[in-house]
Amino acid sequence: MSQDANAFQTALALILSLDPDLLDIVRLSLQVSCSAVLLAALIGLPLGAALALWHFPGHGILVVALNALMGLPPVVAGLCVYLLLSRAGPLGELGLLFTPTAMVVAQVILVLPIIAALTRQQVEELHHEYREQLQSLGLSRLRMIPTLLWDARFGLVTVILAGFGRASAEVGAVMIVGGNIDGVTRVMTTAIVLETSKGDLPLALGLGIVLLGLVALINAGAYLVGESARRRLG
Amino acid sequence: MNDMTAPLLDDIPTLLLEGAGFMHRGQRLLAPVDLRLAGCRRTLLMGPNGAGKSLLMRLAHGLLPPSQGRVRWQGHVPRQAMVFQRPVLLKRSALANLTYALAVQGTPRTRRRSLAREALERFGLAAVEKRPARVLSGGEQQRLALARAWLLEPEVLFLDEPTSALDPAAIQAVEDAVREFHARGTRILMSCHDLHQARRLADDVLFLHDGRLLEHTPTETFFTAPASPEARAFIRGELVV
Repeated sequence: MSQDANAFQTALALILSLDPDLLDIVRLSLQVSCSAVLLAALIGLPLGAALALWHFPGHGILVVALNALMGLPPVVAGLCVYLLLSRAGPLGELGLLFTPTAMVVAQVILVLPIIAALTRQQVEELHHEYREQLQSLGLSRLRMIPTLLWDARFGLVTVILAGFGRASAEVGAVMIVGGNIDGVTRVMTTAIVLETSKGDLPLALGLGIVLLGLVALINAGAYLVGESARRRLG
Repeated sequence: MNDMTAPLLDDIPTLLLEGAGFMHRGQRLLAPVDLRLAGCRRTLLMGPNGAGKSLLMRLAHGLLPPSQGRVRWQGHVPRQAMVFQRPVLLKRSALANLTYALAVQGTPRTRRRSLAREALERFGLAAVEKRPARVLSGGEQQRLALARAWLLEPEVLFLDEPTSALDPAAIQAVEDAVREFHARGTRILMSCHDLHQARRLADDVLFLHDGRLLEHTPTETFFTAPASPEARAFIRGELVV
């Protein structure tokens, strides 16, 4: 118990002294997860909107597949990217394995289904309400997409946050394709796993606190912005 | 844009429904309709709920394709706008709702704001220009929807029970707006089930009952000498209540 309390104190000290090792890990974590979420949003928002607006043969299967992929285990995503990028794999020549880029790719695969599937739900609901008016204004379905995405913006912030939560919390995918190399591909979650198994509880705990704090901060910010906007715009 | 005071009667294309009907899941919601709507008139679609008024209007506006028959315009396809029973406004300010419609129409960016402000002024909404459209009162929202339609300079305006959820003052505003549209040369096709409103506004009346078009007559004839027993009952019933 006293050792735990001790570890907690040391963890706080590490954070408050802005320990450079700790900062590096935090920075890389944010870099990887934010890039992955940004890319996944750029693809997933229009993709989800398109799935809400167009119905074609196989549409149902695609929606079910996308929903199912929301629960894709990170280690499986990691394994797939590993097979693609490993030296013997089809994209092995790019030499991307064990780089932050590989980690971003793996996380995009994890986050994309979440953003696309949830965006489809939000946009479909809104489209139900707007369809006739937008059609009456003479908009094609392609031109409805930006309008619907913009008017669904409050809901979509939550969708993107859900994607960010998935990316920042997962350990399996970045561990497999990143390799947890010190100073190169070590991120918060992989470092926590490593330090815990090594018995360096203060660093693990410190990282855990930072991770929690960051996620809480981002969510709080988004909540406040969303709520005030919702209240203003009805 | 508001220099057209006299209706340009010859310019409005004629709407033709040729055996146009609508089925949904094997149920006939609108029996085949043959209809010819010519001239810059104010036509009111009347009939009880579920008679097919909204459906006929959506077929005419092109929001729904008919399951059988044809809907077409003689002459050119006119510029059209529609005002719905519950106005659909975007989650932005009243002004932005109007500039959006102008942007969709391809109005140059530099002219959008001043045109939108003019329309807000015309419909008594200048004071709420910056307010989010969705927190406006029901009457204000419907006026904003009318202002949006006004900016589109439609040759044909469809209104689907635009006053059914409004108080008398707001109804008055909508009726005034309809007259203004008409005075500018817009053909009106509007549904309602208020007989007094029909008397005030309509040049001619279409009477629908149970998915069938039963009458198309001048307003006066409709009220004094309705041909079908359903229309007679409708007029009597409404007056008694």
